[in-house]
Amino acid sequence: MRLGQTRPRLMSDQNNEATMLLSVTDLRKTYATADGPFDVLRDVDLTLAAGQTLALTGESGSGKSTLLHLIGGLDTPDGGQIMLDGTELTALDDTGRARMRRETVGVVFQQFNLIPSLRIVDNIAFQAQLAGRHDTAWCATLADRMGLTSQLHKYPEQLSGGQQQRVAIARTLAPRPKLVLADEPTGNLDEATAAQVLALMLELVADTGAGLLMVTHSDRLADQMQRRLHLARGKIA
Amino acid sequence: MTRAIFQALLSHWRRNPLQLFTLLAGLALATALWSGVQAINAEAQASYDAAAATLGEGTFDQLTRRDGQPIAQGTYVALRRAGWLVSPVTEGRLNGVHIVGLDPLTAPGGLGTVRIGNGADVGAFLSGRGQVFGRAEVLDALESGPEKIVSPDVAPGTIITDIGVAQRLLDRPNQIDRLIVAQTQPIRQQPLSVVAPDLTRRVAQSGSDLGRLTDSFHLNLTAFGLLSFAVGIFIVNGAIGLAFEQRRSVVRTLRALGVPLRRLMFAMAAELVVMALIAGTLGVALGYVIASLLLPDVAATLQGLYGATVAGTLQLRPTWWLSGLAIAMGGTFMASGTAFWRLAHLPLLAGGSPRALTMASGRSARIQGAIALVLLCLATILAVSAQGLIAGFALLGSMLIGAALALPFILDRVLAVAERFATGVRSRWFWADTRQQLPGLSLALAALLLAMAANVGVSTMVSSFRLTFTGFLDQRLASELYVTAEDPTQAKAMIAYVAPKVRAVLPIQSAAAQIAGQPTEVFGARDDATYRDNWTFLSKTTDAWDDVASGKAILINEQLSRRSGLTLGDIVPLGDRSFKIVGIYGDYGNPIGQAIITEVAFSSLYPEIEPLRFGLRLTPADVPELVKSMQTDLGIPSANMINQAGIKKFSLDIFDRTFTVTTALNILTLAVAGFAILMSLLTLAALRVPQLAPAWAMGLTRKELGLLELIRAVMLAVLTACIALPLGLALAWALLAIVNVAAFGWRLPMFLFPLDYLRLGGFALLAAGLAALWPAWRLARTPPSDLLKVFSNER
Repeated sequence: MRLGQTRPRLMSDQNNEATMLLSVTDLRKTYATADGPFDVLRDVDLTLAAGQTLALTGESGSGKSTLLHLIGGLDTPDGGQIMLDGTELTALDDTGRARMRRETVGVVFQQFNLIPSLRIVDNIAFQAQLAGRHDTAWCATLADRMGLTSQLHKYPEQLSGGQQQRVAIARTLAPRPKLVLADEPTGNLDEATAAQVLALMLELVADTGAGLLMVTHSDRLADQMQRRLHLARGKIA
Repeated sequence: MTRAIFQALLSHWRRNPLQLFTLLAGLALATALWSGVQAINAEAQASYDAAAATLGEGTFDQLTRRDGQPIAQGTYVALRRAGWLVSPVTEGRLNGVHIVGLDPLTAPGGLGTVRIGNGADVGAFLSGRGQVFGRAEVLDALESGPEKIVSPDVAPGTIITDIGVAQRLLDRPNQIDRLIVAQTQPIRQQPLSVVAPDLTRRVAQSGSDLGRLTDSFHLNLTAFGLLSFAVGIFIVNGAIGLAFEQRRSVVRTLRALGVPLRRLMFAMAAELVVMALIAGTLGVALGYVIASLLLPDVAATLQGLYGATVAGTLQLRPTWWLSGLAIAMGGTFMASGTAFWRLAHLPLLAGGSPRALTMASGRSARIQGAIALVLLCLATILAVSAQGLIAGFALLGSMLIGAALALPFILDRVLAVAERFATGVRSRWFWADTRQQLPGLSLALAALLLAMAANVGVSTMVSSFRLTFTGFLDQRLASELYVTAEDPTQAKAMIAYVAPKVRAVLPIQSAAAQIAGQPTEVFGARDDATYRDNWTFLSKTTDAWDDVASGKAILINEQLSRRSGLTLGDIVPLGDRSFKIVGIYGDYGNPIGQAIITEVAFSSLYPEIEPLRFGLRLTPADVPELVKSMQTDLGIPSANMINQAGIKKFSLDIFDRTFTVTTALNILTLAVAGFAILMSLLTLAALRVPQLAPAWAMGLTRKELGLLELIRAVMLAVLTACIALPLGLALAWALLAIVNVAAFGWRLPMFLFPLDYLRLGGFALLAAGLAALWPAWRLARTPPSDLLKVFSNER
């Protein structure tokens, strides 16, 4: 059985430009520091097609996480354009970006960011409920694939780090987002657990047909992506 | 989406029931203390209004006889014929019930609160047996006679009836006590001095007399209610602040997952509204219980001090419980204002780890310190310059809030010094760890500070008052026996009868007058050693009593001096004579001005007044025999003869009941502060594990850690008590020197009661110790696995 449903193709998918799920053009971001303005991103361009996986690597402070936050609508750029699923993200206000995060994007954080007072079963279903796309059977399937079935009625603090990250991934995939953003998703896990979690995530993302953009330090993990981009001093190298 | 948001938000309370309980209990307690006091005030106000409506006080001018005797029926008829629209009133007491007789046809205010149709019938009212109106319990006290109609709006302890019925019930045929003057009068009418020269007109003053007299008392109650409410709100503020801090990560996650900020804030506000309504309802119910328990004492106090009759039972008034809910709501949003502001400005990508508690950042601590400094400076300025009630309360407010805000800073400095001088690793860690814990406990400690300061302040004021009052009673009640004659003939017979049996007979006679525009009671005193030996003055000339005896001088009380600005050496015109002020005396508990002239001067100014009350000086042992013989030989009822000891006991009883309410509120406030400490320690306990785990790992046992927690709480309470003592004394000084003077017109000397303070300190330590016991016990039993989690990367 194929997991998840493939979203109906839009008319805009007919041409090459429109098949791009994500298109980033001339993106700039500057932070004010004690030593003056610091250009964390300079004229960054990238694209990602639906179903494609992309690794974003770079040194600490190269702007990887900032780029991910801008694409996820968690922050706003100082210049440039982000087109996401046919919508200009950079033209949206706070409410519009919130809707985008809710309905189109799923973010897997390094720190898991689960809701500590909710049980695992509720955490998995949470974002799907927010997006109004809750599917109990799909959530159960995700829990099963993630090996969480026996943990569903526990609270996050009762789970190991690897288990918590699997819950976070299941929560992200539950509403079937078109784009999954992952910020060092295995950064807090040991090597064996990290490999296991990543394999599961790639498998499920592929099954849902979502695009995946993953920030990572690890060359080994990056090698498992279809494409790879390297950021250095705020520019794509 | 909304459902999911609420699911996430509410799950926090499900996982943290203690926090939920703290929030609800804090708010309920705060509301209870506030609404309890308001219920008492509302009940008293309703009683005053009912009394004022019945007697036309504050609305209509009144005519009374200058000598205080009843007005003859003929005088009333003469006035009506001369065009005066006046209505007669007869009142008196029967079986402890205040009977008010009105003429419904001429009374400008009708029958007061009695409405025709609710059982009232003008025909039945005026004819035959007549009708009497009053509350059910009051009507029960009346024996058979007129038809009894239950009317709950009539003033407590009062019965309203036709004047003819009242005269019959009181056995005072054709006697009128006063005449109510209608507001609209004919243009032409003969002057009062021509028609009835023996009558005097008392102009209506806005607000009822009782209302004005008791304003200060209710203001004090309100101030205490507000203080208790503030202490409760400290708890709520702490609980909400902690809840918001603990949910910062959840809020950030929700926003990262696409929940708009506005929706999130709306959901959190709705959550608080529901909690405020639940806690408010509980609080109002609890407030009702508190008010029901305290009201009888308040009623007795008001009756004793001001002669104001207040119902001893409580009615559930909509304005009261609605205002209780409103204050709960207002308090909740006041307490959550900062938390909401922070939430609204919370950056979506803020640092990951939630802050341990409402740890004051360096900047906010500096702002808090600056505000405290400004408030304490303001308090100092007000202490030097404040006059009047509003300035007095501004002083109290700025002093208390300033001290509460300054408390964390002061404690931090003290702990820093202790840390510097500590020897040994363990004690250094203890002081440093206490400093680190301070921000989390500062709200509870501030609540304790306020509660203790209020206790010290109020107990100092009350004890100083009592000490002064006891001395004052000794001075004023120097005569061994006080006798009231029923009429001048009996008075004369009594004087002749007791002359050979007593050392002195001192007439007590007074007349109402105006001195420097102030209503004043002028007394005519006989020149006697009783006064010369017992009276103490706030200020006087060398030969004050000699000057008074010469008939050219006058003594005035402190109230009159303060209100009119009169002082020693000033000349006071009285009638066609002038008197020089030679002494100012303390006159505690008297709401109006008072002056004393010699008996001779008094008789020339008020020849129509014949004394009916007398103080007799004799050997105390002879009092019972004299009372018995006067009863037998002169027919003076025993109720008209009161020995000194009886009056003193009565006065002190009134005094003690007066402060029952404030004492009860003090204890409740201290209990609330203890509760605040308990809840703070319990909520802090979970957050303290990461701080305590390293100490445990390095060799401190869990039992030792628990013991140190207990010691820490008690030590912080001791430090707080040390600050509360001077603050409480400053509070007492402000109450005695500024608020009391503005409210009552007299200043009390301030006495210190070290033993009381020590006892209070002991209570505070006990409260803190008890509050810390459970958290310390829980800490001592923390499973090692919980402590180990701190060192786990996967935590």
